[in-house]
Amino acid sequence: MSTTTVSSTTGTGGGLALRGQKLPNAAFPVIAVGAVVLTVLLYLVTSIDSTIQFVLISGVLYLIGQTVASVLVEGSRRAADRFVTTLVYLAFLLAVIPLVAVLANVIAKGVGRLDVGFLSHSMRGIGARDAGGGIYHALIGTLEQIALASLFAVPFSLLVAIYLVEYGRGRISRTISFFVDVLTGLPSVIAGLFILAFYILALGQKPSGFAGSLALTILMIPIVVRAAEEMLKLVPHELREASYALGVPRWRTILKVVLPTALPGIVTGVMLAVARVAGETAPLLLTIFGTDSINFNPFSGPQSALPLYIYSQAGQPQQTAVDRAWAAALTLIALVMLLNVVARLIARMARVR
Amino acid sequence: MATRIDVSGLTAFYGKFKAVSDIHFSIEPKNVTAFIGPSGCGKSTVLRTLNRMHEVLPGARVEGRVLMDGEDLYGPGVDPVNVRRAVGMVFQRPNPFPTMSIYENVVAGLKLNGTRKKSLLDERAEESLRGANLWEEVKDRLGRPGAGLSGGQQQRLCIARAIAVEPQVLLMDEPCSALDPISTLAIEDLIVKLKSSYTIVIVTHNMQQASRVSDTTAFFTLDKTGDPGRLVEMDKTEKIFSNPAQKRTEEYITGRFG
Repeated sequence: MSTTTVSSTTGTGGGLALRGQKLPNAAFPVIAVGAVVLTVLLYLVTSIDSTIQFVLISGVLYLIGQTVASVLVEGSRRAADRFVTTLVYLAFLLAVIPLVAVLANVIAKGVGRLDVGFLSHSMRGIGARDAGGGIYHALIGTLEQIALASLFAVPFSLLVAIYLVEYGRGRISRTISFFVDVLTGLPSVIAGLFILAFYILALGQKPSGFAGSLALTILMIPIVVRAAEEMLKLVPHELREASYALGVPRWRTILKVVLPTALPGIVTGVMLAVARVAGETAPLLLTIFGTDSINFNPFSGPQSALPLYIYSQAGQPQQTAVDRAWAAALTLIALVMLLNVVARLIARMARVR
Repeated sequence: MATRIDVSGLTAFYGKFKAVSDIHFSIEPKNVTAFIGPSGCGKSTVLRTLNRMHEVLPGARVEGRVLMDGEDLYGPGVDPVNVRRAVGMVFQRPNPFPTMSIYENVVAGLKLNGTRKKSLLDERAEESLRGANLWEEVKDRLGRPGAGLSGGQQQRLCIARAIAVEPQVLLMDEPCSALDPISTLAIEDLIVKLKSSYTIVIVTHNMQQASRVSDTTAFFTLDKTGDPGRLVEMDKTEKIFSNPAQKRTEEYITGRFG
């Protein structure tokens, strides 16, 4: 590996060695280039040919090279610091790779099919082999189901979180807390099965967007409760005391002081929950039944939804159907991001500047 | 408008822990009373019993009587919310509401208690900010966040917020301990000014401050850690600082212990 010249900044006078030896800034690109070159050599002599491994191997080689150089020049403490810092950056890169890969893949494969016609037409009378069709019916279904689920889950979860943080003491709140945790780990298909068994089979209701939103509500509640609970706990006790000391009753303190202070975090939690349920397929499969036609009414008749649409289109062998699935996937991602941005804008508008 | 306070047989607990035991004292109207004493002696606890803020903490309770103009704050049927409307409080650390502007902070007490009339709120906001010597500094930026002010300004904002609801009594729990000397001076001037309309009780660790602003001083102490705090003596401030009746008080104010 590359050994570089060291800028000799030895301690000045007095015997106090306040300045240590330091690797020059130029050393790091040199080590990086060395790592890449070494990886290329490795690829030439061995039969490895994966691109992702290329990044990994050169990353690890860089880490080794930098640590060795640092130990030799700067000593073990600074070397350990550099090692861990680089490790953190590499881990971050590694974590981001799947995200970027998925996004790039979905955009590359979906953007070609995505146009106004795709967004504004349903699949009524379109076969898997036909080139037309769109996601209008699924988009309507998803938006309505998410809206309904949020309408049920958010107020309910906020009340639970407020109880847990502001009022709950002892066994009842511990029990509630425990069951919220259990609910967090509930597989989504179980939520769908529950609504299927309870609402559709036992109560004799027909599958509908409403039934789907009930299943999504079950999935949203624990996420929103947990997020809101954590955010409410972060509100300093002094603010509550300041409000009490003004003669403001407790409920008004919670409504006008505690909740607004925790609002940005709660919005984030709600958006996480929305993002999670927007992509749920299994519970919808069992509750909304799916359709190719536009159904604006979530309370009557089967509805479609974007995840369900993707699932059914991607399952077809024809390329036309698979293209529709990619475009629908891109729409779903964009929809969740759009909702996220809108929610943050609303939360920001509520803040004083 | 100002009120006299008579405390008798006051004992305060945090769960099983007895924080202060059997306190008796009286406070005259339009008088500044300073509570001094070593950390843990219960002076803040006693202060917080005077507007029923003590019981806000889980497990905390109070025995004894606190009479405000003859009415027992701990009597049956007394609503702590009404008590706190009559007895304002300023805390050790400035705690303006972070989601509210300067204006909204000042009128928070009024607004949260149902006053809607804009003209009244505006009038009271200016009055209270002037009362807290803050009006000139913030009159051009009332819509800015209260949390954007300096520490001393935030504390005066909190005082403005407390006096905006027109309380009878103002309690201050070490209001200057987080502030620099100049802000402290501003607050002390303010206390002397507010004395003409309010009965003020202030907890302080700063004995110079107690001697500067107060008419009466009460010295609390505790015998050893874990024991409840008690009131050693309470008298005219000049007397406490020149010729205290108790040896403990003299030792404390001359710096020989605590």
